[in-house]
Amino acid sequence: MKDEQHSESAQEHAYPETTAGKPTVEDNAKVSARGANVYYGEKQAIKNVSLDVGAHEVTAFIGPSGCGKSTFLRALNRMNDTIDICRVTGDFRLDGEDIYDRKVDVVQLRARVGMVFQKPNPFPKSIFENVAYGPRIHGLVAHKSELDEIVHTSLERAGLLGEVKDRLDTPGTGLSGGQQQRLCIARAIAVSPEVILMDEPCSALDPIATAKIEELIDELRENYTIVIVTHSMQQAARVSQRTAFFHLGNLVEMGDTETIFTNPEHKLTQGYITGRFG
Amino acid sequence: METLYVIAAILGLTLISFAMGRQRAVARSEGQPRALHSLPNYHGHFVALWCAVPALILLVIWVPLEPMLAMSAALDYFQAHIADPAHMESVRQSKLALLLSLEPNATTIDLSALRADQYNLLQTEIRNMAAGTASTGHAAFMQEVADYYQGYRDTSFLLMVAACVAVAGAGAGVAWRWIAPEMRARNRVEQAVTAFMILCSTVAILTTLGIVLSLLFEAIRFFAQIPLTEFLFGLHWSPQTAIRADQVGSTGSFGAVPLFAGTLLISFIAMCVAVPIGLLSAIYMAEYAHSKVRAVVKPLLEILAGIPTVVYGFFAALTVAPFFRDVGESIGLDVSSESALAAGMVMGIMIIPFVSSLSDDVITAVPQSMREGSYGLGATKSETVRRVILPAALPGIVGGILLAVSRAIGETMIVVMAAGLGSNLTANPLEAVTTVTVQIVTLLVGDQEFDSPKTLAAFALGLVLFIMTLCLNIIALHVVRKYREQYD
Repeated sequence: MKDEQHSESAQEHAYPETTAGKPTVEDNAKVSARGANVYYGEKQAIKNVSLDVGAHEVTAFIGPSGCGKSTFLRALNRMNDTIDICRVTGDFRLDGEDIYDRKVDVVQLRARVGMVFQKPNPFPKSIFENVAYGPRIHGLVAHKSELDEIVHTSLERAGLLGEVKDRLDTPGTGLSGGQQQRLCIARAIAVSPEVILMDEPCSALDPIATAKIEELIDELRENYTIVIVTHSMQQAARVSQRTAFFHLGNLVEMGDTETIFTNPEHKLTQGYITGRFG
Repeated sequence: METLYVIAAILGLTLISFAMGRQRAVARSEGQPRALHSLPNYHGHFVALWCAVPALILLVIWVPLEPMLAMSAALDYFQAHIADPAHMESVRQSKLALLLSLEPNATTIDLSALRADQYNLLQTEIRNMAAGTASTGHAAFMQEVADYYQGYRDTSFLLMVAACVAVAGAGAGVAWRWIAPEMRARNRVEQAVTAFMILCSTVAILTTLGIVLSLLFEAIRFFAQIPLTEFLFGLHWSPQTAIRADQVGSTGSFGAVPLFAGTLLISFIAMCVAVPIGLLSAIYMAEYAHSKVRAVVKPLLEILAGIPTVVYGFFAALTVAPFFRDVGESIGLDVSSESALAAGMVMGIMIIPFVSSLSDDVITAVPQSMREGSYGLGATKSETVRRVILPAALPGIVGGILLAVSRAIGETMIVVMAAGLGSNLTANPLEAVTTVTVQIVTLLVGDQEFDSPKTLAAFALGLVLFIMTLCLNIIALHVVRKYREQYD
């Protein structure tokens, strides 16, 4: 039902020439995609999307449910590889390197492009072990003291250290939802990624926890490039510098967040951000 | 046999009352289905239940009670008329005189003075004569008693038929009159169904209880003759030599340690086979295999569980054991042709599906978000399996393994055919050992007297085995329950 409504409105508003298929160029691109297509079996979830994600910026992906923004996000660190029927074409680059190249080790790629998921998913291990997991598997530490340091700095940066420093050996699953999500962010930071992908990181959290995470995202921007998928227009407006609006697998419009929210080029974008559909 | 006709009659009445109840509900709704609180079928079921249940309860009480009452009446008749010299004479000349060890000049028989076995013999005699299957040479008076017994039973049967039909009819009639549009037939029927389900689960529980109690009582009889400590800690098992008390070694031959050692040795070998193979195939199927491969391989593995254990048994005895013996010979090892190794290996193969299927279920139950979290940090598949999935699934896997151990300990057919009978206390898997289950089988197969320690030992072994597997199951359940608390 919902899809049909969308396709009607899509026919009403033809996709603008400026963005569909054409790159949304950025000078300091960290991640760039050209002509990206993602298929789930026969169904095409992403249609010829080209965009750049700027370094040390927060880029928000917005759009109605099922528009492909999460799919596109997962294509950026090849998380879609874990889905049997998923197929990706097009050119994806991280610092100019093709991430779908045969030579690229997906494990190393994911160490550079970390991910935080919609539902907090700490491992059923202690808080310390959750954060230490990444450094351990990548052999980043030689001594226990180094590991301690990484764990502490990561928790510190994720704004969680103060709350948990006395109980690092208690299960991560025992924390509150907001704390769990910050633990997952700490876990991602601990591997020292260059890019952090966040797939609706606040959708399972209350407003206070959400505010904390948003504050954190803003701080993290200094050291990391962040891409965030969100359903909350306010969140996109608050945390991001650039925003991309997806609709039915198409990138409709991308630009400075302020421009997108105050003066969108396209009617579809305007309709979505003013709440007329979606 | 006649009772079956009564049941059939009650069921017939039930069908009729269902139709009548349904019809009356429709009639009383006066063409407005909405006016009925419950659907017409519920009214039909309601009447049918009132017809069948009281009548069947009456039947269930009457059928076992009736022969007892008849026998008691027949014995009263016997006691009342035995003092007659003619009757006494006929009894004295029959074989009954011998059975009851009658004094030659006795003038009467006092039933209450008879020994229990004599009393039972007398009852059996009456029953056999009434059924016409008694041997010849019986007293004319006994025939009289048997006729009285049979007459009592015939009357009782006719009464029972009448009573059952009357109760069925009355129940149906009363319920039929109750039918009204506002009657809550559905609720009543659902209550009845709930009660029936409770009854069913009670049957399962009571059966278990009955098995445990019968094991327990026979085991207590055994331990009255053989001390518990000797049974549990004795190192020598040789029940065949202990039939007579004056035989040498009769007090030292019920040490069950070699049997439990054999059971544990074979189970250990079986687990050494089943756990790695089962677990690794589960990991492969859950994490690595393409969904199409999984769809084929998983059912194939589960076929292993469908092979009858007797087939595994002769596979072990005729194929695997000789193979091991030949291989052993060729490398200079002395392998018994009935070795613990062969039995254990085949048993291990048999329980692979227990381990793999249960492990596969718990591994698949680990949330996908755990895997993604790990992959998202740049972990490889094997790191994810080792560091996240296995620890998360471990309690469930342990539960599955413990269930498999219970199965291995209780397994009989393979070890009967492949492990041998010699109760060697050895840890060498190349020798023949025997297990608890094998000994239970050999103790109980054939003609036995059920009061010798040799036979009763089977119950003691069964009890200890039951306690062992029960403990393992309890541990397994606890582990599984703990696993459920792990996340979500």
